[in-house]
Amino acid sequence: MSKKLLLEKAHVEGIRFYDVYRREGGYNSVEKTLKTLSPEAVVEEVKKSGLRGRGGAGFPTGMKWSFIAKPEGVPRHLVCNADESEPGTFKDRYLMEFLPHLLIEGLIVSSYALGSNDTYIYIRGEYAWIVDILEQAIEEAKANGWLGKNILGSSFNCNIHVQRGAGAYICGEETALIESLEGKRGNPRIKPPFPAIKGLWERPTVVNNVETLAAIVPIINMGGEEYAKIGVGRSTGTKLISACGNINKPGVYEIDMTISVEEFIYSEEYCGGIANGKKLKACIPGGSSVPILPANLLLKTAKGETRYMNYESLSDGGFATGSMMGSGGFIVLDEDQCVVKHTYTLARFYHHESCGQCSPCREGTIWLDKLLYKLEHGQGKLSDIDLLWDVQRRIEGNTICPLGDAAAWPVAAAIRHFRDEFEWHVNNPQESQIKNFGLAHYADAIQPITV
Amino acid sequence: MKFNEQQIAEFNRLVARYPEGKQKSALLPVLHLAQESFGGWLSTETMNYVAELLNITPIEVYEVATFYSMYNLKPVGKHVFEVCQTGPCMINGSDNIINYIKEKLKIEIGETTPDGMFTLKTVECLGACGYAPMMQMGKFYKEHLTKEKVDNIIEECRKNAALNN
Repeated sequence: MSKKLLLEKAHVEGIRFYDVYRREGGYNSVEKTLKTLSPEAVVEEVKKSGLRGRGGAGFPTGMKWSFIAKPEGVPRHLVCNADESEPGTFKDRYLMEFLPHLLIEGLIVSSYALGSNDTYIYIRGEYAWIVDILEQAIEEAKANGWLGKNILGSSFNCNIHVQRGAGAYICGEETALIESLEGKRGNPRIKPPFPAIKGLWERPTVVNNVETLAAIVPIINMGGEEYAKIGVGRSTGTKLISACGNINKPGVYEIDMTISVEEFIYSEEYCGGIANGKKLKACIPGGSSVPILPANLLLKTAKGETRYMNYESLSDGGFATGSMMGSGGFIVLDEDQCVVKHTYTLARFYHHESCGQCSPCREGTIWLDKLLYKLEHGQGKLSDIDLLWDVQRRIEGNTICPLGDAAAWPVAAAIRHFRDEFEWHVNNPQESQIKNFGLAHYADAIQPITV
Repeated sequence: MKFNEQQIAEFNRLVARYPEGKQKSALLPVLHLAQESFGGWLSTETMNYVAELLNITPIEVYEVATFYSMYNLKPVGKHVFEVCQTGPCMINGSDNIINYIKEKLKIEIGETTPDGMFTLKTVECLGACGYAPMMQMGKFYKEHLTKEKVDNIIEECRKNAALNN
């Protein structure tokens, strides 16, 4: 059983409200921080913890914090990225809905470490009801002296504001998020300058994911070194995984990154196996942008070793035979699913979400969408598969922000591992409209374990 | 066209979150407020009013309103069904739900029923992948959709409308 640091109290009745949260030990980390730690000491603890950004990129949080510029007389800001939009990902929503005070607590400690007196939560516009939950939690925290002026008698002042986005995936990219927070279109900025130097209103800014900021609470409570002992290698602490697709128990799970992918999918503690007694075909383990893996490469690496649910193991083999931890959006496809169709819906998604600023992404995502539509609907040619490969290759690495890569990778991986299925669609235009390709060569790789 | 007293109070609360001179930052939330206050969509008149309130040029409002998918630039029905169709919802049968709503309401995607009650839209991932298929309806999500659930939702909307008439 994985250790739980974030969701341990998620099922305590009334934990959404201040009184219960406080009774369960909530806000102790704020007390410890303001009474015993300097801002630099907090940054040091986070560095020691080895915490990596939980939004998708996995950049070390402590290091990101240490980059923030501190020019004299210029306010600094912490911005919480709650624009959770990566298909397959719904973990931040779960945290905010059920444990809003955990996020607020993490935000207060982090704001202190970074010197942010006005901290913003940028939440995706569709999570409209969660805005109310967060604002209520903020009011409760303020009424109990955890926010406002001179918190706990210290010289630290902090306010937290919630801003709603309005339906743009791109605003999860930190510089697009900052633009949006300034009341503009979500067009990513060219870096450098990085937000740590010039961010919100040209002031030094740190943008962190919801889960990253919530993880600051256990790090302060237990100390960075203890936190780093959980997990394995550079995958320290716990990670929230949102599991969906053809599994028996979709939902949000906290894992300590030492369990295998096989255990995660088949054990009763997590996904509970493939739904309806079907077989596992493929999986996108870290949100729609990361490469899809066929069952055989998902459960074992190309070297034949067990694959684990952590940053290193999931990326073992690079893009040739591996994938990525990404945002923890775990999408499982069973034997009845069509990889061409699934990839088409993702390409349509990226086409819809491209901000239009860089030509390779703006034009390329249109091509990916159209070519996959043709292939999926039995109108494709064999040369379209090569054209698709060519288009994705010309997007990757040629755009200001990673949306271009995010659109290219799923297409590349689908062709790399499922080319036979694409060809079958071309060669069987009518049959492919009423039937699915099935499992093919990865079928016998899977022997469900009994746990 | 003007916000009423209560809406002005909300407008002031939104603007007060940002430093002086940075009132443009309130644009997205203010557009949400304007859309809710003036019939569920943003007319040019509404956008010009928002520009005036925030002391910015109208083009600054138009470019934002046209960028974000949650702002409606033409009138919509009283209830908008925004059904997710991205990968995780698709593999859980969102196509069937979309087709069922089309048949039941006799409208295509993007259309509104003649009585102005319902608009059907398809949207991309709303972050409810584990509770698929799903749709957004106003402020809330309707998850684990089935044909029966869709029937009930439509029924309830019609019942409420009849009660209010």
